[in-house]
Amino acid sequence: MSRATLLTILLLLVIAAGISSLLLGTVPVSLSRLFAVVTGHGDPIASKILLDLRLPRTLIGLAVGAMLGVAGAVLQGYLRNPLADPSVLGASSSAALGAVLAIYYGLSELHVLMLPALAVLGAVGSLALLFLLAGRSESPLTLILAGIAVSTLAIAGINLALNLSSNPFAAMEIMTWLMGSIENRSAAHVWVALPCIAIGAALLLVDGRALDALTLGEDGARTLGINLKLLRVRLLLGIAIGVGGAVAVSGSIGFVGLIVPHLIRPLTDRSPSAVMLPSMLGGAALLTVADIAVRLIATSSELKLGVVTAFLGVPVFLAYLLRERRLW
Amino acid sequence: MVTIACDALSVSLGQRRVLDGLSLTFEPGRLVGIIGPNGAGKSTLLRAMVGLLPPDAGGVTIDGEPIAQVPRRDLARRIAYLPQGQTVHWPISVERLVSLGRLPHLAPMSRIAKADSDAIERAMARADVSQFRDRIATELSGGERARVMLARALAVEAAGLIVDEPLAALDPGHQIDVMELLRRETEAGLLVIVVLHDLTTAARYCDRLVLLNHGKAVDDGAPMAVLTPDRLREVYGITARIEQNEDGGFVVPRGRVA
Repeated sequence: MSRATLLTILLLLVIAAGISSLLLGTVPVSLSRLFAVVTGHGDPIASKILLDLRLPRTLIGLAVGAMLGVAGAVLQGYLRNPLADPSVLGASSSAALGAVLAIYYGLSELHVLMLPALAVLGAVGSLALLFLLAGRSESPLTLILAGIAVSTLAIAGINLALNLSSNPFAAMEIMTWLMGSIENRSAAHVWVALPCIAIGAALLLVDGRALDALTLGEDGARTLGINLKLLRVRLLLGIAIGVGGAVAVSGSIGFVGLIVPHLIRPLTDRSPSAVMLPSMLGGAALLTVADIAVRLIATSSELKLGVVTAFLGVPVFLAYLLRERRLW
Repeated sequence: MVTIACDALSVSLGQRRVLDGLSLTFEPGRLVGIIGPNGAGKSTLLRAMVGLLPPDAGGVTIDGEPIAQVPRRDLARRIAYLPQGQTVHWPISVERLVSLGRLPHLAPMSRIAKADSDAIERAMARADVSQFRDRIATELSGGERARVMLARALAVEAAGLIVDEPLAALDPGHQIDVMELLRRETEAGLLVIVVLHDLTTAARYCDRLVLLNHGKAVDDGAPMAVLTPDRLREVYGITARIEQNEDGGFVVPRGRVA
């Protein structure tokens, strides 16, 4: 499949998912009512549902999915490991720790932006720690080891907060955060997430060529003129800001960053740069569809998004495993 | 045309001094073989010459300019380097792999230009790999792989080509293919520096041999002048049958020096 065809199909998928996300939910809205609201002649109920509830949720779903998709593709390319995803470097769990601390100490009650701000801070803090631990080494292995250390520390911190939390409501809220969800998000959340994700994705998207060069290993890339130190700085900043901003509004949503590049890769020439932009679109579409499923599947309490994406991840990996074994 | 020179070059890996005050000059249009026992510093020398290892003392110059001062991309356009046992981390096609050689020439965000696709075609033709351009690079046989990797290095169209042990695990036919390929590039004016283990191959194809031992150049000159019984005993600890013939010469190791 040519790159233009792939991008067109994915873009159409994203648009279809976005529109469906506006229309579908507990109260279905017809396309004509959506059109009326867009042109400014909508009835007040439809306007309320669409603009105050569904639009922020849809935008956040698309943006978070896009960020997780591109972050996964870039990290897999950089670490040359098809099992890498944004949680490998500890950015997701550190952002979640920031959010959990905001809830635990009641800071999230002070202002609606306290929690997302602390989440972004958590991600950036994890990045500083990562640089400190990985030091001057250019090998991806030291980075993975440092990432595991950072992420283990963050998860331990989260568990400690859960453990010590005397208030069952705070504990419930922390749990919700860990499962990931984008229900009841407002415009304020959109304004936290979008700039962070835009900056993060921009930092990641410029380095496609450098990631291609890394197909030949670090020496190969350096002798093709790539500055690996600058590459690492841009990449880690992009991940911390982008994934930090995403986790700040959605909680930690696993597997999207892991499975999307896997679904996309066979449709490309398999070089890291070719997987990046399609993974961004694919992530946006996948997360939005998963969020629609969350709304439509009838359960006594609403399903959490992270739970659905985790269940989606399993068949993808089973398929991958089966293919590997047949080759073997 | 490019001239690379090492000037009193010393390099350490960890605590160990691997290159010890090497001074060598490599001129264009020559096929230079670097030989020596395991651990003599051959790969380290090549890595230092392409700026992958910082020197402790001394330095490397390219056309008189210290490489530490040459921007990385610029250096990448002037010297192509093929490391020992190059791995390919993604199952990309041969053509895509060869195209990576054009990276130092591409401006950020630009597309591959006509000049680049021409260079990729030329490189594949020179290394005789055009016929499997659509095969997956990670699924090639050893002989095909070696040629594809060389095509990747040739696609850079640099004036200098530095190759670390391109013959490892190749059968005699494919060894000849690779050496003749390097020979042709030399005749076209390239400077080719290659690490070799097989002394007969080195004797037959190289214009000049540099014999390394313990990080120093023990000898340097025409192949049959370097490959003497005394040198082989002293450096490799072997006795060998050495003969000159119409192909240059051959060296057959016979045994360890008692």
